Amino acid sequence: MLTKRIIACLDVRDGRVVKGVQFVDIVDAGDPAELAARHAAAGADEIVLLDITATHEGRGTLLSTVQRTAQRLFVPFTVGGGIRTADEAAAVFDAGADKISVNSAALARPELIGEIGAQFGAQAVIVAIDARRVPGTKIEHAEVFVAGGRKPTGRRAVEWAREAEERGAGELLLTSMDADGTRAGFDCELTAAVSEAVQIPVIASGGAGNAQHFTEVFREGRADAALAASIFHFGIADVRALKEALQRDGIPMRLPC
Amino acid sequence: MIAVIDYKAGNLTSVMKALRAAGTDPVVTDDAGMVRRADRIILPGVGHFAATRFLEERGLKAAIAERIDAGAPFLGICVGLQWLFAGSTEAPGCAGLGAFPEMCEKFAPGKKVPHVGWNSLAIQPGSRLLAGIPDGSFVYFTHSWRAPVVQDTAAVTEYGEPFTAAVERGNVMGVQFHPEKSGETGLRVLRNFLELPGC
Repeated sequence: MLTKRIIACLDVRDGRVVKGVQFVDIVDAGDPAELAARHAAAGADEIVLLDITATHEGRGTLLSTVQRTAQRLFVPFTVGGGIRTADEAAAVFDAGADKISVNSAALARPELIGEIGAQFGAQAVIVAIDARRVPGTKIEHAEVFVAGGRKPTGRRAVEWAREAEERGAGELLLTSMDADGTRAGFDCELTAAVSEAVQIPVIASGGAGNAQHFTEVFREGRADAALAASIFHFGIADVRALKEALQRDGIPMRLPC
Repeated sequence: MIAVIDYKAGNLTSVMKALRAAGTDPVVTDDAGMVRRADRIILPGVGHFAATRFLEERGLKAAIAERIDAGAPFLGICVGLQWLFAGSTEAPGCAGLGAFPEMCEKFAPGKKVPHVGWNSLAIQPGSRLLAGIPDGSFVYFTHSWRAPVVQDTAAVTEYGEPFTAAVERGNVMGVQFHPEKSGETGLRVLRNFLELPGC
C-alpha cells in the first residue's frame, strides 16, 4: 500500500537552517547536512531544502550546501529557492537534488515548469504555492503570495494549482501562510480544496504542531504528504515517534524505516 | 567495468552516488564501444519512454543485447525496467528491448498519478536481486506508466492494481522503484546486483 509521506523541511539562510514564525522572527536551528542525515535516520520519507531568502535578495541557491547535504542522503531530496531557469535547475540537479521546487519564477513565467520537466521529467518538478486566506470569502479565494510571502499576486491558489498541473508539475507543495509556524494545525480546508482540484500529489505544509494535526491533514485535508520543519528541529517530535503515532491512528506509514 | 548508460533521460547524480556507496565506481557512458567492454550494465532513467529512442540511434541497444547474450548482468531502473518490455503506450512508436513481450501502460484512472512515494514489495521467493530483503519492505516510486505482472516478475506492488516492481530472468533484471532513493533497502538491491556472478 502506498504510504503517506512525512517530509522534513530545512529552511536555509546563509548555509544555516533557520525557522521563522509566519515567515518572520528567524532563529538558528543548525547545519543542513547534519539535520538532513538525522531526519533521514529517524525515518523522514523525504528531505526538502528551501533557500528562503534567495528570491528576496536575488541570490542563487547555495550549490555547495546542496552538494554537502545530498552526499549521504539516500531518500528523495528536493531543493527550492531562487531557481529561475532550466539551467539553474540543472546545476541544482547536478549538485545532488532529485527534485526542484519552483515558486516565484513559475508564477512570473509559467513555461518554466514545462521547460524543466522536459529535461528532467515531470516527477522532478514541484510547484510550491504559498497561499493566504482572504477574510470573509470562500476558501477558493485564498490568494497566492511570492517572494517568501512578501508579495501578493492576485491569483487564486486553486486556479494556479490547476494551471501548474496542466503545465506539467509532478507535485504541489502547498503552504498555508496563515498556519505556518503557529503549530496550531494545518489548514485542512485549503489543502482539501487544492487536493481535490488536481490529480497530482499534494504536500501540505504550515502549522504542524502534533501528531493529531498530521492525521487531520491526511484525512480531512486529503494530503498525500505532509511537511514540517520546526517541530523536528528542536526535538519536539521525533519523526519515528510521529510515524508510529500516525500508524496507530490508521494512517499508512513506512515502518519500520 | 560497470557501465551506467547515459541516454539523456534525467539526472544520474543520485544513481552514481548510491553505486559508490554500494562499493563500486562505475563509468558513465553513451558510447556503444564502451558498453561492449562492460562486465555489468545499469540503465537508469526517469522521464519519458521516448528518451529510450537514443539507445537505438546510438547503437546502444544492439550493444546491450550482445552483452546480455554473453551473460553480463543487466539492471534497468524505472524507465530502464520498462524498456526491457516490448514498449510503452507512453511512446507507441518506440520499441523496447523486448526481453519480456508485454507492453507497459498508464495506471488505470481513479488514482492520482504519478504514483509517488514509498510503497511495499511482495517479493517472490528465490529472487537473487532481492535476496535478504524482507517481504513487505518499502521502496520509493515515482512513475505514471507501469509494467504488468508477468511470469518473471520478482516483486509485485499494488497501486489501484498490481504491477511489476521488479523483474528478473537470469542476468536480465529491472526495478520500477528507485534503489538509489530507497534508503538501506535500495542500497541492498544495488549490492545484490553488483555481487551477481559476471560473465
